Order: sequence, then C-alpha cells, then structure tokens
Amino acid sequence: MTTTGIGASVRRVEDRRFVTGKGQYVDDISRPGQSYAVFVRSPYAHANIKSINTAVASSAPGVLGVFTGADLANDRIGNLICGWAVQSKDGSPMKAGAHPALAQGKVRYVGDHVAVVIGETLAAARDAAELVAVDYEQIPAVVDLARAQESGQPQIHAEAPRNTVYEWHLGDKDAVDKAFAGAKHVTRLEIVNNRLIPNAIEPRAAIGEYDSGTQSYTLYTTSQNPHVARLVLSAFVGIAPEHKLRVVAPDVGGGFGSKIFIYAEETVCLWAARKVGRPVKWTADRTESFLADAHGRDHLTTAELAVDGNGKIVAMRVKTKANLGGYLSTFASSVPTYLYAPLLSGQYDIPAIYCEVDGVYTNTAPVDALRGAGRPEATFVVERLVEVTARQIGMDPAEFRRRNFIQKFPHQTPVIMMYDAGDYGTCLNKALELADYANLGKRKAESAQKGLLRGLGFSAYIEACGIAPSRAVGALGAGVGLWESAEVRVNPVGTVEVLTGSHAHGQGHETTFAQVVSQRLGIPIEQVSIVHGDTDKVQMGMGTYGSRSGAVGASAIFRALDKVIAKAKRVAAACMEVAEDSVDFNDGVFTARGTNKSMGFGEVALQAYVAHKFDPDQIEPGLKESAFYDPKNFTFPSGVHIAEVEVDPETGATRIDRWTAVDDFGTLINPMIVEGQVHGGIAHGVGQALLEGAVYDGNGQLLTASYMDYAMPRADNLPSFTVAMTNTPCPSNPLGVKGCGEAGAIAAPAALINAITDALGHEDVAMPATPMTVWRAAQRARVKQAAE
Amino acid sequence: MYAFNYQRPKSLQEAAQILAATAGAKILAGGQTLLPTMKQRLAQPECLIDLAALAELQRIALSGHALTIGAMVTHAMVAESADVKRVLPGLAAVAEGIGDPHVRNCGTIGGSLANNDPAADYPAAVLALGATVETSKRTIAADDFFKGLFTTALQSDEIVTQVSFPLPAKFAYAKFPNPASRYALVGVAVAQRGGEVRVAVTGAGSSGVFRVPAMETALKANFSAKALDGISVSPVNLATDLHADAAYRAHLIGVMAKRAVVALA
Repeated sequence: MTTTGIGASVRRVEDRRFVTGKGQYVDDISRPGQSYAVFVRSPYAHANIKSINTAVASSAPGVLGVFTGADLANDRIGNLICGWAVQSKDGSPMKAGAHPALAQGKVRYVGDHVAVVIGETLAAARDAAELVAVDYEQIPAVVDLARAQESGQPQIHAEAPRNTVYEWHLGDKDAVDKAFAGAKHVTRLEIVNNRLIPNAIEPRAAIGEYDSGTQSYTLYTTSQNPHVARLVLSAFVGIAPEHKLRVVAPDVGGGFGSKIFIYAEETVCLWAARKVGRPVKWTADRTESFLADAHGRDHLTTAELAVDGNGKIVAMRVKTKANLGGYLSTFASSVPTYLYAPLLSGQYDIPAIYCEVDGVYTNTAPVDALRGAGRPEATFVVERLVEVTARQIGMDPAEFRRRNFIQKFPHQTPVIMMYDAGDYGTCLNKALELADYANLGKRKAESAQKGLLRGLGFSAYIEACGIAPSRAVGALGAGVGLWESAEVRVNPVGTVEVLTGSHAHGQGHETTFAQVVSQRLGIPIEQVSIVHGDTDKVQMGMGTYGSRSGAVGASAIFRALDKVIAKAKRVAAACMEVAEDSVDFNDGVFTARGTNKSMGFGEVALQAYVAHKFDPDQIEPGLKESAFYDPKNFTFPSGVHIAEVEVDPETGATRIDRWTAVDDFGTLINPMIVEGQVHGGIAHGVGQALLEGAVYDGNGQLLTASYMDYAMPRADNLPSFTVAMTNTPCPSNPLGVKGCGEAGAIAAPAALINAITDALGHEDVAMPATPMTVWRAAQRARVKQAAE
Repeated sequence: MYAFNYQRPKSLQEAAQILAATAGAKILAGGQTLLPTMKQRLAQPECLIDLAALAELQRIALSGHALTIGAMVTHAMVAESADVKRVLPGLAAVAEGIGDPHVRNCGTIGGSLANNDPAADYPAAVLALGATVETSKRTIAADDFFKGLFTTALQSDEIVTQVSFPLPAKFAYAKFPNPASRYALVGVAVAQRGGEVRVAVTGAGSSGVFRVPAMETALKANFSAKALDGISVSPVNLATDLHADAAYRAHLIGVMAKRAVVALA
C-alpha cells in the first residue's frame, strides 16, 4: 500500500522549487533579443481621444515601435471578448460595447490602454511613453453605481442605453410576491458588497514571440487557463490560428480569478512581437495591477426574507445592481447572474426565490470573477438575511438555521441548482461544539469587564463549484464547454507523466494529482510528474478556476487511469499467458487469479513497450491513455464558519478572537493542502469584510491604487483557525471530491459581519468594517440604546 | 526612475560641500520614502548624496542627562540599542513600531525627521521629548523644527547630523495604525520631565505634528488618564482621508493620549 495515496497529508512537492527560489515565472524568462513594452494609459475615467501624436516617442532613442488602436484596426485584430451571453428578462441579448485592446477613439476608465511603446530596454520604453502626446476631451465620468442607470447620465458605450448591459432575472416573481403577502415577518436589508482588487503576489506578465521561419507565435503569460487564452486569441482576436500559436503559462504566483481573463496587454505583446520582429516582454508594475487587473464583487443589493409564524422561511426577494466596469471582461456577465442567483437558496429549504440583477457599465476598471465569483456575494446576502431575521424574531441563529436546513437529497432549489448531497445539521453541531457556543455568554461578560464588546457570527454557506457540466453551462449562455482533459503517459520503467488541462498557480496540483496516480497505480508519488501549462504539451484543457481542478481535472486523470489499468491488464494477461478477465490489479501488482503468477506495474509497463510477448493485432504496443471528463453536476461544498470577535468601542478596532470552520469537501485527497486552502480562503474573506475596498473618487480616479491605501489582510489580522471537516462524498464525480479553494472566501465575510453586528447590537455595518466604520456604528448603537 | 548622479561622500564636510555646490541634489539617508517616490517618477533629483559611508553619523551616545542619536542610525539600531532600551525605552518602542523590518533596517532617524511625513512616528517623539536637532550648521529646537507637511526648518544646504534627547522621567507613545499603510492614523507621544509635560500628536494634523497644550496643562496638574477626561481636540485642523475623517481622528487623539498615560502609570 502506498503511503502517498488519496487521504495522505503529503508535503507539497512543488514547494521545494518555490521556497528555494527556483520557480520559473514569466518574468524569470528572457528570450533572445527581447524588447520591452510600456503602456500609455488613460489618466481620465471618461474621455474622447481627439488625437494621438506618436512622432516624438517613435524617434526617441531605443524605441522599436509605438502603436495605437489604429494600428490594431489596420491589422484587423479583433476586440477582446466576453464569452458568456446573458439575456435580459425581456428576451433581448446583453448590450455590450466593443472592448479593443488599445483604445479606439475613447477611454472608459483610468488605466485604459491607449498606446504601447516597445523599447530596446524598459527604461527607453518608459521614457518614450512619456513622449506620446494624447489630446483628450474629457467627458463627465459615471462612477456611482446607484446612479449610473439614471437618464441624463453620460453614456459609456453607444450600444448600452442607460449604461445597462442587461436586466436579468431568475425565479418565480408571482410566487414570491404571494408568499411575502402572507408572511408573518419580513426582514429587509440594504447591502453593499464592496469592490475588491485581486492582488496576486505575482503581477501579470507576458512575453510575445514570433518565429518568421515557421510563421508561428508563442505567448508566455500568467494565465490560469492557457488553452482558453489560445482559443480566444486565435478564434476571436485573430492573431494566429491555433496550430500556429503556443501559449505557455509556467509557474504562476496566484490568480484568484484575475488571471483567467484574456487582457489587452498580453494580446498586444503577442501582436507587437511580429510588428517589431523581436520578442516583446511586459511585466505589470503594482500600480498597473491595481488599475487594470479585473476587479471583483461591487454589488448594491436590496434583499428581503419572508418567514411564517413557525420560523420557517417562505420566500426570498433580491434586487441587485452589479458593477461591470468600463468594458465587459471575459466572464464578467456570468458572475453576478449565473454564478450568483442560483446560490441564493443557501443551505435552506426556501419554496420561492426571485432575483433581479442589472449589469451596469461604469467608468471604472472591468469587474470579473474573483475567488468565489458571485458565490461570496450570494452567501453574504443569504447569511446576513438569515442572521438578522433570527435576531429580529428572537430566535437563536443556530436554531433558526437548523429549522430551515434542507434535509433530503437530492434537493431541487427554485433557482436552477439540484444539490446532490450534504449533511448540514451534522456540520452545524460540530461547529457549535468546537466554537464552545454554549459558553459564549460567559465570554461576553468577561470581555465586557475589559470594556470590550464580544460578538459571534455564523455563516452556513453552500457553493456550487467544480464548474461544469458543459451542457448545463451551455444552456445558461457559456461560450465554451467546461470539461477537463488528462493524458497519462507511462514510461517503460514504470514512471508516469500526467498531462493535465488544469493549471496550478498555488493550489498544489503537482502533489494532489500525483496522489491520485499513486493511489490508483500503487506507485509512490516520486515516480509521478504532473505536466501542465503549455499548449504544445497538453493538447487541450479548460484551466483552473471555480474550484474545478479536483472535481473535474483530477477526475479526468482518474478516468485516464481506468484506461491505463485496463490496457495494462491486457498486457499482463498476455505476458502471464492467462485470460484477461482473470487478472487482478491491486497496490501496483498484477496477479493471475488461481495461479501464483504476478507482475509488478513497472514490469508490465516495460513489456508494453518492448512488445515481445503479445500479438500486435490484439494489443497495440505502448502504455498511454487519455480522457476528457465532463461531470454530471456541479459539486456542492458546504460548511459552517463561526467567527468570534472583540470590538473596542473606543477605537472601533475589531480583533478576531476565534474562528471555527467546519467544511464538507467530500473525499479529501490531501487534508493538509485542503486545510491550507481553507486558511487562505478565510484570510481572503476577512480581507473583504474587515480591510479591503477599492474606492474611486467622483472623477473616477482610483484612490486605493497602492498598499498605502488598499489594506490587505496580514498575519496579525488573523487568529489561529480551528478547522475541521465532515465528509459527505460527492456522488457526481468518481473521486467523491468537492472544490475547496474558494470556500473560505465565500463563507468568511458574512460570519465576520454577523459577529461584529452581534457585538455592537446594531446591524448597519458596511464592509470593509474598518475601525472608523465600526466606531461610527458603535456610536449609533450607543445612541439607540440610550433612546431605548 | 529617471537617471541621476550618485555621490557617496567620505565625510560630513564633503557631503555639505557637494550639497551646497550641486543644484537639484537630495540627501539619501536610508531612502525609504525617497527611493519609492523616485521609482514612481514622482521625484527626479539630479543627484543623490548618500550619507551611508559617514560612520560619524551612525553613533548612539549617552552622556549625562541626554541621549544622542546620529542622523544615520537606523530604526532597527535604535530599537535594539541596549542604551536606548535602558534610559529611554519608549523611544526604542517607537523605533520598533516603524514600518516593517526592511524599513527599519534601512530607514534612519535623520531621514525621517528631514522628510517630516505627517504620519511618521519620530516627529511626535522628538517634539514630545523636547529634543534638539543638530545639523551641519546649527542646533534647532524641536519646537522650531517641524514646519508643516513634509516641511522643516532645514535650509537647502543643511544636513541633519544628530538628535539629542534630554532624558525624561516618563515617556510613552501610543499609535493607532492606518489599517493599510500602518503609518500612524493617530499617534500620541507623552513625555514628563521635571515639572513639564509635553504631548505631541502625529498622523492627525493637516499640517503635521503638533502639541496639545490643554492636555499638557491637565497632565502637569495630575498625571493620570482621568485628568484627560473632557479634553477634546478640535477637528478643525485635522486631516480627513479614506481611513479617518477629522472627527474620528480628534476622538482617537483623546483615546491614544489616555493609553499612553495609562502605559506610564
């Protein structure tokens, strides 16, 4: 039995190169003769470009080329795309304006790409970029999401009247209205889901390269999904056909969604490489990352929950305005619609739900998927509504949840999803015990003696991830299928290379995927290598996002391994001269039932390649199999997070004292890595709830464009987490796994705000709950208490 | 970063000569503000005069009733100095709370004072302790040194050489950090020496560090947190930004002043 199989907390094999500085990131790569790109960006949020004079910059020392949107148009380079079509409730298609890789006559956010300067050196390109003279005619900026759809607001795209991309809805409005009319109690909340900036530790980077001999392109890029990048750059942007375009995404230092998208800069580097006849490199500086990475979240929501006299939820009604920014990014349209509203049922049996979402253009950076993508927003709505309702009707929040939990599976919600499995009550009970909920009152009294306000908040989240299946997402408007591919190549000595269409950028796939192989083939993971991130090696893949790599990517490997084992059995049977159906395979050994004959896995692999002992008409030489896996359903991880805080009412500072997370991710391939993902996810969610918030001023200038003003979570913002699991295997994939990478970020914000509002006795606390925000809420709570 | 000339003088005299003779020259004294600003092309000095080679500016000396810290002494050196910890532990604590390890190992007290960032920690300590700033040309009392946002009494050809702190009976600094930058959103330094109490506030003023006479009078009469009850600082001249408006800063000055006093009780 291998000790590196499924369920073992094997140390991450990739960390050796990461912690010894041997990782190979895009910026570590230097191509012969490479030049450097610097982008000229709009200083204005909204302006017409009257003219661009590139003459002075072009003749500056060390400049190889200066290009604008006109050059892209001349070369018939297509616009960037949004790959998910969303229809409005009246049946009309979404109203999307063009998204050129370099501006065509107009800029729509601060940081919008206006021109590119290619220099012999980075310094030469920087100097010359300051010499590009752009004559702007400023237009008032549309920044306030609440007012962007009002008549009289400037129009950002001619195609989208009232700056409205779509007015989408989901659910049965009449049933909801009827249920509300008969409800005993209605809770209503106005919710701001704050805008976040992704802040991967490695900024985006690209090297475009053109080989005039073979007329083929290579793009080295920080991508979570290199094959999708190749598809879009070929089929839509039209730079080169797929067989003449290689996309390499080597080691990537964090993505959180922001590296899914096909951006302007990477596209321009690839195109410009042919223009200047040299490789073109660009690495974002941190300011560019703040300005021009796709941001996340940014919703304004009115949410209502109706309950009957027994504390049972009867209906939910939600109206959301979703900020999509100045252009539609690659998957922007889907995030506040199909990745959001279908999660509004949470863990609860809610008979009727109706949700309306307006997708809105503003003069801000494009907004797209960020860790959780729609599901954190939904969970925040559900778990704030549930918590506040329990408080308002005077019921214990844990009891109110328990009373409304879904008990039977599969469960069809009123908003698309068919939950396949779960056990919410067990999870809640375990969390209550670990959090010592019973003694909360005692701890509150102890805090009060120190002049501190203690509060506890729940978040019983569910999410849909392992994003797939293809037919389902296709029916909802996705432009691509969401399967995954795997190829298992067994070498003659029995070592194994696995090529996967998933992409690792911190998740530890090189370990977990190898553990699946180790388990199935009975070999130690040292004999397995995982290959990913290069379209010349891996034929096709859909990449990593939406916590899909375990459920979909590893399942594809599982299926390919089925085929490898089946083929190896045939080889072993031939070698042992027994019937194929009498061969068993366990722990790396093929045995012939009823005989004393056996062969090790490596021995069979060698025989498959030497091909001396079988008939080529019966068995092909070699041992290499592939699979495309398309699951039947999403996976539905769920869990209960309990945050406990102490608020200092004098300063408004919040200290997280305890954090209990009990998650159900089904089968765990590597419990240590799963726990690490939970830790990172909670930190991300704490960041949203307590610290992070992108702020634009009225002119559309980003005020939080550096770490001086954008607060990221740090170690001292976080307690030591108590993390535990329940395990309800997922019935929708062969491994029984559910996604775990986003869960913490989905669960955490509601738990923390529920805890802070519990401490204050006041529900009006916006995210991020900065000290000033909490102090003001504490002042209002004091006034309220005095009045009572 | 734009191109610039780099000078590394071997003596203070040489540094002063280069500074006086070179238009557009800036002193590099750790560079923890200057270098990032240059990298962002927000500053373009034609010449940097790096004081790193001047051993004479890197000494911490204890004599009689004063602690003298050379201008090029880093925050880490102050934080770790056995002398500072013994005679003025509150100042070691101030230094230990500045920035992060990188900043503390590069940034210097002279650089910090000459820069006079309105949210820096050292100006509050220097003002509360009634220190004197010594330069290549003269001696300047703390009360006369800080002149507004990023502005000091220093002349363009003048170099800070050392800071002399008269030893107080009591000194503490309470900082409420900006959640993003961890600079002081409000920092209050309280010092008692002889019959005198001085209270200095950083992070909050719209024109930099300032003293709070009402608190000083109250603490002089009764050095206790209770003595500060009812003393409010007007928000009129306080800064408002994303992280704190003037009213919140005014409130925090009271809270942090009390905490500094409580720490000394």
